[in-house]
Parts: sequence; structure tokens; C-alpha cells
Amino acid sequence: MLKDLITPQNANVFVGKLGDILEKAIDKPLGYAINWGRIWSLWPVHIETACCSVEFGAASSPRYDVERFGIIEAFGSLRQCDLVVVQGTITRKMAPRLRLVYDQMPEPKYVIAMGACAITGGLYFDSYNVLPGIDGILPVDVYVPGCPPRPETLIQGCMLLQEKIKRMKARKFV
Amino acid sequence: MSSEKETVEKKTEDSKPSSAQAPEKPIPTKKPTPTKTSPKEEVELPAFEKGIADKIIENFGEKTTLTFVKPDRVGIKVTREAIHEVAEFARDVLNYDHVDSVAGVDYPADKEIEVVYHLSSYTDPTLDRQILELATRAQREDDPIPGNDATKLPSLRDIFYSVEFHEREVFEMLGVYFEGHPDNRRLLLPEDWADLPPLRKDFRNKGR
Amino acid sequence: MSTPTLPPGLAIQKADERIMTLNVGPQHPGSGHMRIVVQIDGDYIVACDPDPGYVHRGEEKMAEYRNYVLNIPHLERPVIHDSCNILYPYVLGVEELLGLEITERAKYVRVIAAELNRCVYTMYWLAIYGIFLGHSTMFMWPAGDRELLIDLLEKMTGARVTHSYFIPGGIRNDLPANFEDVCLRQVNYFEKRIKEYADVFYDNPILISRTEKTGVLSREDAIRLGTTGSVLRASGVDYDVRKKEPYDVYDELDFQTNVMKSGDSYARSRIPWLDMMESCRIIRDALQKMPKSGSVRVKLKPNPKGGIDSVYKRIESGRGALGCYIVSDKKPEPYRVKLSVPSFRNLIALPHLLIGEKLGNMPSIYWSLNYWPVEADR
Repeated sequence: MLKDLITPQNANVFVGKLGDILEKAIDKPLGYAINWGRIWSLWPVHIETACCSVEFGAASSPRYDVERFGIIEAFGSLRQCDLVVVQGTITRKMAPRLRLVYDQMPEPKYVIAMGACAITGGLYFDSYNVLPGIDGILPVDVYVPGCPPRPETLIQGCMLLQEKIKRMKARKFV
Repeated sequence: MSSEKETVEKKTEDSKPSSAQAPEKPIPTKKPTPTKTSPKEEVELPAFEKGIADKIIENFGEKTTLTFVKPDRVGIKVTREAIHEVAEFARDVLNYDHVDSVAGVDYPADKEIEVVYHLSSYTDPTLDRQILELATRAQREDDPIPGNDATKLPSLRDIFYSVEFHEREVFEMLGVYFEGHPDNRRLLLPEDWADLPPLRKDFRNKGR
Repeated sequence: MSTPTLPPGLAIQKADERIMTLNVGPQHPGSGHMRIVVQIDGDYIVACDPDPGYVHRGEEKMAEYRNYVLNIPHLERPVIHDSCNILYPYVLGVEELLGLEITERAKYVRVIAAELNRCVYTMYWLAIYGIFLGHSTMFMWPAGDRELLIDLLEKMTGARVTHSYFIPGGIRNDLPANFEDVCLRQVNYFEKRIKEYADVFYDNPILISRTEKTGVLSREDAIRLGTTGSVLRASGVDYDVRKKEPYDVYDELDFQTNVMKSGDSYARSRIPWLDMMESCRIIRDALQKMPKSGSVRVKLKPNPKGGIDSVYKRIESGRGALGCYIVSDKKPEPYRVKLSVPSFRNLIALPHLLIGEKLGNMPSIYWSLNYWPVEADR
């Protein structure tokens, strides 16, 4: 029966459909496993944009130790990262670079906007060189308020992101 | 000049400037002018600082104007043409060896931009506490083309190497071109900045 | 000598063909918030052009729209982990413009807060220096130990890093009850801890081989380039604003400045560590000499009217001499505020030091300049 269905004319279409079916089939049993893998290996890019990087550094310090939640310290190349923590103010000079960094990262990728400046411009709402929030250039997953946010707040933001990933459809990015 | 709402300018000036103040300028009216008094306490002018000021005034005469003498601070206003030789004099004779800061201040009412050099010394122990303020003024244009208009000053980079980045900053922030500076490029602003130089008073921040 | 005969397929390149331009930053573990454009010939840096400005937020322009007190929160943002010290010259300047004299107790509390903050800054700097050199222990130890002092500052001011503690007329609030004892205990423990860093970091042969005799800044060059702070003192110039032009009560306290002669990266990384021990001495001394009670805040006088006034004040921050030039036209808002920040002043030494060095030495030289890009860009 299958042999009748697949002809040389519609083979490509059929394979495409098969991909969809496979994705749907995998998503239920294996999506949880895929997401589980993503949750516990979030690698942030080492891009510091403003003063919130001090508290980002403090979050990796022995007292707060964000690594126990599966967020690893920012080392290494952006090609192996899947998380951008936008640490504060984005100036007009930094904005194109931030977008460039985001575009070079492989899927799936997540964005945490850390600090009031990254959310709305914060204290610098009337500055001539500061973007009013990063929503215009990046799709943000979690907003972490504060100026600067305490490390506990950042950790909570990371855990919220993990919660969000858990509920995401894994096939979105497959 | 900022046009703020609730500022009521009283014309009553403090009419008790210290009597020993050397060249008392006419009392400034509404427009900010560089004149400067030390009216707070009626103290005698500190002798050492007065000596530094006198040395410069004696050597350069009418090219320089004393603006203030306060404890540890001497302020001299220098004409645009003489700033180079006064700075050289300050380095070679008075032993000031580096520049702490270069600040540009915009005075649209006078159609001038003031550039203030704060000189200080590491090598001369007698000058440890001292800051010498050399202020000079460049012509200001209402429609600036940074680098290609009359807003120009001689650069002090060949005298004080430490002004290199400071002068680049003043160039982009106020549009003062420093003649003789080898590297008058943009430093802090984004590459595509096409507006007025931001620290000019007619540049307004958004919503203000 | 005749040119050597090369195997087929190989040729000696001309110098200008060999040179490669390399962008370091802003996304790079060894650059922070700035870009350094270097040209390399093989492994050696032949040209260097620092490109700061990625965090230029227009603080000085914003200061012209806010009144003197409202300027306090945003003027401390350039160095949030040294926020007491960056406010210090501004507050001193405003006090001089108003002709205010603050109380004795407020002066001592200010000195204690400033010295605690200097340690907090230096510990963060040291932690990042450890990362730059690939020394993970040196990230973990200072990053953990600085939380001790952050706790103290939090008790004093209510905030972890952005204190807004200094205001014209004194300090925002008095010390909490029993603060002196807690402070003394924590500072003693802190001093004991940082002395252990000698074993793991400063006497470590790997660190010494990586930093000694790299990026040597001679005494003459340090003066000519107008560097400041630890960079200057590492090159043998004994200049500390706390000693040379004492502000508040630094002339009554017992401390010394640290000077090293070699001027290399090792000296520049060692001086801030030695300064922290002096800070501990200052804090202990100040706690002893401080008046045990009294007001810490003077009421502000109304602004004097008319004319234009200016003031230039400087202090010694964790990075070096920090100046603030305020021009006032006797309006509620300042006419011009200029921060002359030590990071910006030390930046000029970067191209000077990097040229002729190996690319691998770049992180150690760059971070030894005690450079905090957010402050330099303002």
C-alpha cells in the first residue's frame, strides 16, 4: 500500500510530510527530554553591556553560585552559547553589536533582559545615546527588574526561564 | 543656556567680593560669563597661589586675565592665540607636568565655547595640592560643521601628551577642532552620529 | 648573508603583507565593554587603537537637566561597585559651592564608607583579573570575600552596590546600632583573608612569569601620559590624593601609600592589593577616632544667587584620582558637570604599553591598568 502511495512524482512531498509527522511524534515522548537537556545547560554569552555585569559576576561568586541551577559561567565562544543576558544599558553604539551577537548564535536561543535599563531605559530614559529598552532589537524571554538586580533576582529570572523552556514545544527549533 | 521654569534670577548680586580680588570684572548679569569671584569668605588671598598667578600675568600681560585665586586653585583666562605659549610656560617654568581634565563648556549667549584645562603636577612637591585652570575660548557657530567651521583651537598635545584623548572627547562633544592634534577622530559617540555635538546647549535631550 | 633557499611552495612574506588586524571585543572574554583594534605581526602587536564608547550614556548632559540632589543616583552609576568614591568629588564640590561645613562624625563615616567601597571595587577587579589570567581560584576567593564588605555597606546604606550614601551636607543616614563592633570584626577577618592571597596569587610562579616584565611603563612615561592611581604608583611616583591633598579627615588618619618601582603588570596588580590593607588600617583608625555620637547631616542652605561659579574637586578612588568640575550659574540645575575619571585617563597608556608585546599578554596588561570601561565612557 505504501508502495502505491509513493511515486517518484510525490516523493519529496511525502518526505516533507513524514518530517512533520515525525516531529509531532517525537514532541510528545521526547520533547520533555530535549527540553530537560536544554534547561540544565544554559550557556550565557560573554557580552557585557553596562554596569549590571558587576552583579552578574557576583551571581557566579561562591555565595550565590548560579551554577547549581544549571547556568554556567560566561566563558567561551558565542557559537556554543544559547543564552544572552543583556546586562544593562544598551547604547546606540552597542545595539548593532548586540544584534550581531544574537544573530550569530545557533538556535535555540533565549534572552534575559537584566536591569531597568535593558527593560525600559531606566534611569537613562532621557539620555541621547541610550535605547529605551531592548524590545526593539531582541525578542526577550524574561525581564529581571532592578537597578541593578540583586543576584537573587537574577537567579530567580534564570529559574523562570527554565520554567518557560520546560513548557516550550521542543520542535519549535528542531 | 538652559531655560528652566522656576528659576527666578535676582539681579541683586553679592556686593561684598573680597577686597583683595585682583582684577574685578563687572558684575555678571543674567548671562553667564566667565568672571569669577571668591565671595564666600573674606579671607586674604593665599600667597603661594597668588605668586603662581602673578608669574603668568607678568609674563603674558594682557593676553591673560586672572579669574580667581582660591586655596589650591588658580584660574587664568588665556586668549586663543596665547594658550600654546602659556601652556609651554606652565610646563617648563612652573613645573606642571600633566593635565588632569579637559572640560568644554558652552556659552551660547557669548557665542563662545570655553575649554578648561586643569593642570597638575606629579614631580614638584610644592605643587602637590595645586590645580591650575587654564581657560580659553573658541568662537562658536550656531550651525556647526565639526572640523570645518571657525570653532578651532590650537592643540596642546605636543606640550602635554596626556590631553590626547581628552581633546578628542571635547571635539566630538562640543565640536571644537584642535589644530595640530594628529588624531582628531570620534571617540565615544556612535559612528553614525549626525546630530549636533551633544554637550552644546542647543542640543536638547528627548522629552526635555 | 645570502637569502636561504626555501623549499618549493614557501616564500618569505613582506612585512606589510603579514600584518593582520584583529578586533578584540566587545564580545570577547578579554575585553569587557570595549573594543581594542590591534594589528599583529605574527604574535606581536604592532599597532593598537582602543575604541571605547560602548557604554557612553551621556551622564554629563543628563546632569544639566536635574537638580543637584537628583543628580546623585545617576552620577554614581558609572562605577556602581565604587559608588561612594565616584560621588565623593561631586558632593565635596557642591558643598564648596554652597559654603557648607559638615560635621566631624559625618566626615569619619564618609571615610569609612569610601574605604570599604574601595575594597569592594578592588576585590571585583581582582576577581576579573583572575579570570583574565585563567586563574579560577582567584575569581572565587575575591568574589566571595567581597560579600563580607558588601554586607557591611548594606547595613550602613541599605543597598548592595548603589548606595547613594553621600549627599551634600553629610551622609544620608547615621550608622546602625552596634555597627562599630561588627565592622571591626569583619574588617579584621577580611584583612586576614586577603593576606592569604599572597600564597595563591601573588607569589604564584605562573602569575609572576605571566605578568613580570610585561607592559613596562617607565616613570617618565607614567608622568608624561598623565596616568593616575595604581598605574602611577606602580611606576614609582608617590602620588596619592589622600596624602597630597587630604579631603575630609584623611590628614588625621594613619596610613601610608604603596609604591613600586618596576612599572610592569605585576606591580600594577600588586599595588591595589597592598592598598586594601592600608584601607583596613584606615577603617580601624577611623572607627577609633570617630566621635561616638552626633549629627551626621547639615541642613542645606538656599542657593546663592547671581553670577557664575566653578569648582574642581578631586579624590582618590579605587582606580586613581577622580576629579569633578562643576560650573554653576546659581540655578537649581548645574550648568555643567564634568567628571574627570581615572579610567579615561589611564586609557591613554594602553596603546603605549601594548605595542611590541605579545598578543597573549594583552589581557593581563589591559586589566592591570585598573580600567573600568563603564566609568571611562560615562
